[in-house]
Amino acid sequence: MAANPMYQFNVYRIGPEIKINNIDISFTNASLFMIISSLAILIIFNLGTKRSIIPNKIQLLAELSYSFISKMISDTAGSKAKPYFSFIFSLFMFVLFCNMFGMIPYSFTVTSHIIVTFVLAAFIFIGVTIIGFIKHGLGYLKLFVPSGVPMVLLPLIVVIEIISYLSRPISLSVRLFANMMAGHTMMKVFGGFVVSLGIVGGWLPLGFSVALTGLEILVAFLQAYVFAILTCIYLNDALNLHH
Amino acid sequence: MLKKIIFQFLALSLIFTYSAQSAESGGMPQLNPEFWISQIFWLVLTFGLLFIILSKFILPKISNNLETRKSQILENIETADKQREETEKKVKEFDKIINDTKVEAKNFFNSERQKVLDDINNKRLSLEKDIEKEIIKAEEEIDQFKKTSQEKITKIAIETSSDLVKKLIGEDINKSSLSAIVEDLSKKEMEKHNGI
Repeated sequence: MAANPMYQFNVYRIGPEIKINNIDISFTNASLFMIISSLAILIIFNLGTKRSIIPNKIQLLAELSYSFISKMISDTAGSKAKPYFSFIFSLFMFVLFCNMFGMIPYSFTVTSHIIVTFVLAAFIFIGVTIIGFIKHGLGYLKLFVPSGVPMVLLPLIVVIEIISYLSRPISLSVRLFANMMAGHTMMKVFGGFVVSLGIVGGWLPLGFSVALTGLEILVAFLQAYVFAILTCIYLNDALNLHH
Repeated sequence: MLKKIIFQFLALSLIFTYSAQSAESGGMPQLNPEFWISQIFWLVLTFGLLFIILSKFILPKISNNLETRKSQILENIETADKQREETEKKVKEFDKIINDTKVEAKNFFNSERQKVLDDINNKRLSLEKDIEKEIIKAEEEIDQFKKTSQEKITKIAIETSSDLVKKLIGEDINKSSLSAIVEDLSKKEMEKHNGI
């Protein structure tokens, strides 16, 4: 019998149990992979800061991703979003590296846990809302009242707008979490098929597994990108009130 | 703010605990709230540190690098443009100098040739004049010489013939008749000579 495909998402304690005021903050495999991802980002981008006019490969990588994200921000949220560049950059890189480290067999995918993605999304949601109220005061509530809507439909539209606004953190977090979890589960299931069907019938699921790995790497990048660009769009709503 | 979320999740987790524990057998470890707080804590810690280090130390360096590269490239392009303009100017000057020297050389050559030609002409003319003079002189001399020589010849002929006649006959003959004869003969001889 193949291993339980959900087993890979188990969080377990590494080292002793750490408790502060009865709250368990033990070091787990999830914490380990968060630290690995962060360290990898810091090492790569620190190597990319050498001051040379003609960049080497790592510097080129760092500078290309810098300009990639800076272009993404200025395209979606305009020049006003420049102060939030480093946050969105860190966010994108963190999600991307967590996703990518999750692609290594027997590793742990931090972003496949709803709690992690939800905390990130909730932080973004709350931060964007605060920025919106600071920039526009109570005028930020105009976001829920689109212009050019007939008076009859207005109550309905406002309710829909409020619901869609409040569901932003849920949709943002569930999108990333569900994508990562579904992809990894599927790979595990196909891997289990390879084992259970053996040398005779295992080739087809093996091929699928290989194809899925490629797809998952694409999804890992794409979801990080989507996460960052949706953050930019929400930020755009808060900075440039269109309605 | 984060504390609020944490407490919300604590409350939520109580609700979820039952469903999660029942789902545990089916296996959704994500819904098991046992390590939620720990995950939130480590997420905030690592992501916070990552954000602080990136924004304080690494990203400014990268943007600085990009800026300096941009400005340096612009500077280089500017200097390159300047230098190109200068070289164009220099090339033009060079061309001008070469053209000028060519024209000068041509002019110099032409004037020198003209001088030489003039000189040659002058010399030839003077030479021709000299030669003509010499020829005329020579012709005159020849003419004179011709005349004098004929007279001398007739004189010598008369004398010799008179001497001969004296020796042959032993008496003097009238010189005038003798000279007439000699002249007649020499005339005939000359005619014969010139007649050819």
